[in-house]
Amino acid sequence: MALTGLQIFKLLPKTNCRECGFATCLAFAMALAVGKTSLDDCPQASDEARETLGAAAEPPIRLVTVGQGEYAVELGGELVLFRHEKTFYHPTAVAIEVRDDLPEAELTERLHAVQALSFERVGITMRINSIAIRQTGSDSASFVKTVELVQANSPLPLTLVTQDPGAMRAALAIVGSKRPLLWGAAEANWREMTALAKEYGCPLVVTAGDLAGLSSLSEQVTGNGYKDIVLHVPAKAAGDVLRAATAIRRMAIKKRFRPFGFPVLASVGDNRDAYLAALTAATCIAKYASMIVLDTVDPAVVLPLLTLRQDIYTDPQKPIQVQAACYTIGNPGPDAPVLVTTNFSLTYFSVGNEIESSRVGAYLVTVDTDGTSVLTAWASGKFGPEQIAEALEKTAVGEKVKHRKVVIPGYVAVLSGRLAELSGWDVLVGPREAAALPGFLRSYTAN
Amino acid sequence: MSFELHREKFPCRISEVEIGAGVAGNGQRFLQVGGASTLPFLSFDGPSGHLPVIGMEVWDVVPELWPAPLENIFGPVAGDPVEWARHCAQEWGAEFICLRLRGADPELNDASPEACATLARDVLDATGVPLVVLGCGNDAKDNVVLQKVSETCAGRRCLIGPVTSDNYRTIAAAAMVNGHLVIAQSPVDVNMQKQICVLLNDLGVPQTQIVMDPTTGGLGYGLEYTYSVMERVRLAALQGESSLALPMIVFCGFEAWRAKEAKTGPTDGVVQGVAWEALTAGTLLQAGADMVVMLHPEATRVVREHVKALAGGEMTL
Repeated sequence: MALTGLQIFKLLPKTNCRECGFATCLAFAMALAVGKTSLDDCPQASDEARETLGAAAEPPIRLVTVGQGEYAVELGGELVLFRHEKTFYHPTAVAIEVRDDLPEAELTERLHAVQALSFERVGITMRINSIAIRQTGSDSASFVKTVELVQANSPLPLTLVTQDPGAMRAALAIVGSKRPLLWGAAEANWREMTALAKEYGCPLVVTAGDLAGLSSLSEQVTGNGYKDIVLHVPAKAAGDVLRAATAIRRMAIKKRFRPFGFPVLASVGDNRDAYLAALTAATCIAKYASMIVLDTVDPAVVLPLLTLRQDIYTDPQKPIQVQAACYTIGNPGPDAPVLVTTNFSLTYFSVGNEIESSRVGAYLVTVDTDGTSVLTAWASGKFGPEQIAEALEKTAVGEKVKHRKVVIPGYVAVLSGRLAELSGWDVLVGPREAAALPGFLRSYTAN
Repeated sequence: MSFELHREKFPCRISEVEIGAGVAGNGQRFLQVGGASTLPFLSFDGPSGHLPVIGMEVWDVVPELWPAPLENIFGPVAGDPVEWARHCAQEWGAEFICLRLRGADPELNDASPEACATLARDVLDATGVPLVVLGCGNDAKDNVVLQKVSETCAGRRCLIGPVTSDNYRTIAAAAMVNGHLVIAQSPVDVNMQKQICVLLNDLGVPQTQIVMDPTTGGLGYGLEYTYSVMERVRLAALQGESSLALPMIVFCGFEAWRAKEAKTGPTDGVVQGVAWEALTAGTLLQAGADMVVMLHPEATRVVREHVKALAGGEMTL
């Protein structure tokens, strides 16, 4: 059963040596209690502590790092089954597959295409996290050559896909110091692959055809002293992928079933229909894959997937914000309306979209309300006359128009008087809902 | 540690709802939705209910500005909603039609209740598939329009709405008298969803005649809010909150194509707008969507295929 922080603290050395990265043993114990760290990080933990703490000494799902430096990506470390229970912490890593039988020109072209798959959305850069190099023949020379080429042309962490320990060793001789993901170990080769993973300190994918097999293989590898592993069940149908990943996540979180306490890698399958492959990938992002491997560099597929990943992995407690600024919508002239709203991304997008669809050029000033919506921000004093007046001043929107009329959301009509006093602008009360803006703006410009 | 699959057992089950009814001779099909006692597609836990059904949206008035991928497909039929609906049902495999009566809006065409009702009946007769009818969003107008639609399509078990806690009596009463079902809408909020469902129960609307609309956010534009509210609603229902034990409908096509990225993305090869729409639907299927309303035929097709793939598979867990 889970122990409290204080119960765990009693079992720790109480030396406050800080080697675990926490200031005190008590802080470490508290973090341990909520599964945010592992007892492995305490160099002085006694055997007795390890035994007593048992499952409680490990987070329910281990955090595994692939790659190094700026592009390193963390897999796993999740604590809940549903994002509303807290949040999902480590966004599904997206890898793009390249085969080692690709001619060199095509390979470099694909790597450039991957590098171009970088998108800016609400102030966050979304990109691909790894290149997965798949060995296609029995010849390790072309595999090694591809690994060399990819390494020279891409900064992304590598995923090495081969079942052959010889080819894996040859590739590790080149990139072994960069913490690639080794994919990987199966029933037939797990001893050699585990030895390689240990030797080079690289995370290892463990694959079995069903959950029972995966459970026993995971136990064998961890029993062998290696814990940086990633679980994989090669399933084809989207339903199988979903059910396997769900069963693994659920047993790890709810049952603390140790063999499943690791991140999951999902393969999207060799689906020739790009939309169906994208739908399977989307299912994996929503339901429990810490890493997916795609076989496309089409931005029309990748952008929607990365956007979905951003949606699902947004902390429900911390709404996405847009920058507080003056946004230009359409082609506003000096008589164009000036509207204010909050910097909650959804509020901004709804208001902005409606202004756009009205085809009336306008200036939209967003006030920094820590990403809260109009009513919430108003109730918490973040969208009051002072803040709005300050935003009008700061964004210098007054220099863009020759009038002094500002439209405020209908829900905060009550602050009109004070805002007019503070800012010197005439205050017009707009509609309560963004959907009514096109009608409002058309009659605004008519007058 | 020996492996034993953990199965989740919930005490309750989502209500089974039937939409559409045949009248003598016209061979109209009907659909059953709901009935799940597990989270979506987790058939190893128990009976996961009827598969989600995929319908298509038809508008009485076409927008002034339509993204090219929609214009290209619907251009030839867009001026004729009955023909458009017939295409959806017969060419593009829509399992139901969702008629959005935008033109009833006093700000738009202010179409008369009679005209709206006749259109709804014509669509029903022309397609042979069940019908969802949406008002224009103006409460006062929707009350008269949807009442008229209810009367004109009496006995055909249409799904009509939406109704909200601020405006439900007239529409729900008309729907009940004429043997239809109602869409109970909430603004992405579990408590308000419960409130409108309880209000409908108090009015005497049976559980078998309500479908919930948690309000759809499109991909990148609030999808995660809808997703989590739907997961919470579905979990609460399965754990015993009977007022929420109802199927859910989501409007993926309409919301997805409002996104800038859907309107402007690549259109040769994979169409970004179609992917945007399909992924909105695919994600909400995981949150418990039972009825999915699409717009683009290609997105409709792939989501239908995807539902089959989610239901299928041969792996023994």
